[in-house]
Parts: sequence; C-alpha cells; structure tokens
Amino acid sequence: MPLPVFQLEDLEGVAHAFPGDRLTLLCFVKEDCPTCRLILPIIDRWSECFSPQLSVLVIGQSTEGNRRLESRHGVQSAILDDSRLLVSFRNKIDVVPTLILADPVGSGLARVMGFKKEEWQELEGVLSHRISCYASAEVDWPALPELRPGCGSLSSDPEQVRRLEAELDGPRLRSRPIEIGSATDEFEFLFEQGFTDGLPVIPPSPERVHSMLAGTRRQPQDLVAVVPPNMGQATVEKTAINAVMAGCRPEYLPIVIAALEAVCTDEFNIHGVMATTMGASPVLVVNGPIRHRIEMNMKQGALGQGNRPNATIGRALRLVLANVGGARPGGIEQATLSSPLKFTMCFAEWEEMSLWEPLHVERGFSASDSVVTAFGMTSGPTLVVDQTSRTAAQLAGSIGQAADAAFHPRAHGLTDVLLVIPPEHVATLETEGYQKEDLRNRIQEVTAVPLRELQRDSISGVGLDPAEASQLSPERLAARVPKFASPSDIHIVVAGGTAGKFTGIFHGWSAGPRGTQPVSRRIEEV
Amino acid sequence: MPVILDPTAELQPISRTLTPVVPEELRSIALVDISKPKGGILLDRVEEGLRSRFEKVKIVRYQKPTFAKPAPQDLRAEIARSSQFVVLALAD
Repeated sequence: MPLPVFQLEDLEGVAHAFPGDRLTLLCFVKEDCPTCRLILPIIDRWSECFSPQLSVLVIGQSTEGNRRLESRHGVQSAILDDSRLLVSFRNKIDVVPTLILADPVGSGLARVMGFKKEEWQELEGVLSHRISCYASAEVDWPALPELRPGCGSLSSDPEQVRRLEAELDGPRLRSRPIEIGSATDEFEFLFEQGFTDGLPVIPPSPERVHSMLAGTRRQPQDLVAVVPPNMGQATVEKTAINAVMAGCRPEYLPIVIAALEAVCTDEFNIHGVMATTMGASPVLVVNGPIRHRIEMNMKQGALGQGNRPNATIGRALRLVLANVGGARPGGIEQATLSSPLKFTMCFAEWEEMSLWEPLHVERGFSASDSVVTAFGMTSGPTLVVDQTSRTAAQLAGSIGQAADAAFHPRAHGLTDVLLVIPPEHVATLETEGYQKEDLRNRIQEVTAVPLRELQRDSISGVGLDPAEASQLSPERLAARVPKFASPSDIHIVVAGGTAGKFTGIFHGWSAGPRGTQPVSRRIEEV
Repeated sequence: MPVILDPTAELQPISRTLTPVVPEELRSIALVDISKPKGGILLDRVEEGLRSRFEKVKIVRYQKPTFAKPAPQDLRAEIARSSQFVVLALAD
C-alpha cells in the first residue's frame, strides 16, 4: 500500500522528500513525549549504522519541540517540521513514537507504535536483512525497558482533526475564503457584511463547514436548488455554510437540503412568498423517524424557542434564501410588516398523539419515510382558545369561526390555513371519532355564508364589489360560499403540550397554483 | 487569522443602464399588466398617452398569469423579441 507522498523541511530549511530512492524509516515523534526521547538515540544509532542504504526521516510535530530535541537532547538525525501535522494525519498516526518502514517506492513494509523492546529488535533485524548489513548498530538493549507506551499524536487531537480534515477537504470546497483581520471581531464582521438575519451567526470556518458536510452523502458541489430572486446556485456546500451560520448540527443538514428543494419549486413559489408585501415565509413541518433521532420538539412549546433543531433548521433555510437567493428586506423582499416567521419556523408533528394519518402519509409518503413539508404562511400561530367545547362538532365549529379571520372574514376562497392541534383538542375531536375530512367539512360548513353577505358595505370595504354583485343572479347571490376554495386548503397536524385546550392556526398567503402550494420532500439521511 | 467561507452565491452583478429613447427610432413598446387589480386601467391611460405622442409606434399589451410569480420564460422571451421598450404596471 503506497504511503502518502510528502516533502518537509528540516530545522535548517533543507527539503526532504518521501519517497526517496532507497529504503526509508519514517519516525514520528513529539518532544514532550518521554518515550520519544527514550527511543531517539536508537534512531540515531540505526541512522549511523545503516546509512547510506537506509534513509531515516525523523518527523517532529512542533517547530519549537524539534528545536529542543536537537539542542537539549542532542538528537543527531535531521528533524523534519510537521507542525501543520498534515503528514502525521495522512499517515494516520495516533501514537508517537510510530515507526514506518517503507521500500524505495514508498510502500509500507512494517509499522511499530510506542516502545516494545521485542518489536524494535525484530525491526532492527529486518533492517539488517534488507540492506544485508550485519554490523551491529550497538544499541544497548539490556539497558532499555521492556515496554514503554507512547503518547497521543497531536494529529489525533479532536480540534486538530477538524482542522486537518477541512484542510485536506479544501479542494472539494470552492467557496471564496474570506480572511478576517486578527483585530476584527468575527461576529461583528459577519454583521457588517450583511450575512446575518439580525441575530449573531456562527462564523462558517472551513473546519465547521467540513464537519457540517459529514451530515450528507451528497457531494459539496451538487446543486440543491436555484434560488430566486437572484437565481443564485445553492450547492450542498453553500447550504452547509449557511447551516453552520444558523447553528445547525450536521445531522440536521439533510432536512435543510430537503426544505430548500421543496421551497424552490414552481408549486411553492419562494420568489413570491419572499417578495410579497404580505410578509409570507416558509413554515416547515417534519415527519417520520428523523424527528426522534435529532430530538426535535413536537410537544410542549413546539412552536416556540428552546429546541436546537426546531430553531436552527428553519433559520438555515432562511439564511440560504437571503445569502444565496438575495431575499433581503428592503430589496426584493418588500414585506410591509413582516413577521417573526421570517427568522425561523420549523417543528415536528407529534404523530404518536394523533388520531389520524400523519401529514406525510396523507401526502403520499410511507410512514417510515422522513419528510419535510413547506407551507407558505403569512402569520400565526393565532390561538383558538376553546376550553369549553365538549363535542367534536362544537370544537370544529370554533376552529372554523377562528379560521374565518384568515386574510379577512369577508375574504373567501383566497387563502389556506395550517391547523396545529394539541392533544387536549385532539381528545375532544376523538369523542365523535372525527377524521380529518370531518374537521375540514365542519369548518367549511360553519364558515359558509350566502355570497351576498360577502359584499362590501359601510362597515368594511373588503369583499365583493356591489357593482359586480348586481350582475349576478339571485340564485348565485344566495349560494353559500365556504371560507376555503377547497377543503384541502385546510392543512392539519398534531403538536403541542398535553395541557391546554387551544389550537394554533397559521394563516396562509395566496393559495393555489397562482400563489403558493405546500410541497413535501423526502429527507435523505446519512 | 480567522477564515470564513463566503455564504453567498458569489454573483458578479452586471451593471446595466436604461436604453436611451431616440423618438425617431422608436418602433415598438410592450405594456405588461402584472395582474394586480386595476393595473389594466393604469396601462390604458399609459397607452393613450403613448399613442398620442408616438403615432407610428407599435404598442403591444401583455399580461402575466399571476402577479405572485415571476413572468414565465416564454412570455419574457416573447416580450424581448417583439419590443424595444417595456412598461410594467405594478398594482392597485
């Protein structure tokens, strides 16, 4: 197996390349390791005895330590500077000292770690045999201990591992590196560049982005979506950078990717959602096994703060839309009031508490799939406070009356709603065995009014233009018009704490093919 | 020195200037209604004004299917093909 090719300089600045043209002994050490200091005289002896047929490369892990090995401990061999630790890392050095014997073309022949006298004597025998030199290296073996464990390699320090992985991953990452002056506060810099949503973000260092990419099997340059309004190309790498900034863990990244795919479709119409003066924003609902694996909140306080995946997944999506797509307030984003939904809104459905098929099954996925569904919503959750209804029909009626306020009570057939029903209201609906369709039909029933009652009048200028109404037949004006163009515009999920007879309602934007429609995407987990 | 990776799409903006209007070279103008209420009424007045000033100019009316979405690619291509100038009527 060929070992990694490298070139390192010694303390005099002389470059040493591996592989050379002869048998080579690589010796990885660090100065503060007592076992390394114990064995270096042996290495010096071997270097002297087996030269020139054997090339000995002592590889030290810190520049200062290398100098001390030479000046204080009298090491004779040239010590190469691997203070960046890349050679140690690429050779998978966990323990120092580690010796690797390589043939002239750079293939490994033998490897020993720490100091076990018997193994080292065997290695000396191999060296003698390989170079047909039977002169004694004059190592004072009896004076040496039988066993001394080594020390941990600096290249296996977790902090260094992240840096090294990122450094080696460099060619896979193509985003422009931005150097921040050492006197500059990173967090302030990110604010100044306009990269944030108004709250601090995690600086997306190459190390953090590399770690984030471990959350997906997809390659960094795979295109996830073309993001309006700037039609920016959101690669997996760009998505990962923004996920780092939002505070995501790597295992959340597949949800961010799936959500981004969902919103950047013609059906969802993220351009319109982000641009509208009404201030719409994606609301994400997660279903399936991933909810439990990443410990999303679907119970008490599910729509609020305090849970990392809930908070950061929605935020990551929003940051991609701003940083890659260019959807920024005052630019293409023209929301009159806007909404806290624009920071983040993501939660999981409490499927186990539901009477009904979970959202993703209702939308055609398998129960075992992990799925994210995006809704374009303008506000919410508004609370339906109903602590006294005792029948399903009463409660569904209450929810319908409250949902009638979406847009405006006289605005029928224009928008959709997402109902988030907590367990106590689920229990009330269960009393009459309500299915989702029963709830939807009841809402349509209680909100339906004759068309003539939806005309503009002295109380409100919203509604059917009387001039247009005058052109309609009496039968048409008498026909009852429900709140929603279709019962399917009433989306239903279960979430929330076990105490509280309330239902939350998100109000939609322009619903349907001319505005936005919910879109679901399967989450591809690692 | 700390390093971060650019979170943006790293687009290079193209600077554009308005096409200068040279009346004697004016041949075609597109008027696009984005489908917001009363946009058509506004465009009617604009068309009247243009016709009174540029009698020989061809004026073509277009309409987006919905104000909530970007104009379809085919529509954008047709407008670009047929017209030298475009006036969009926004809203309400």
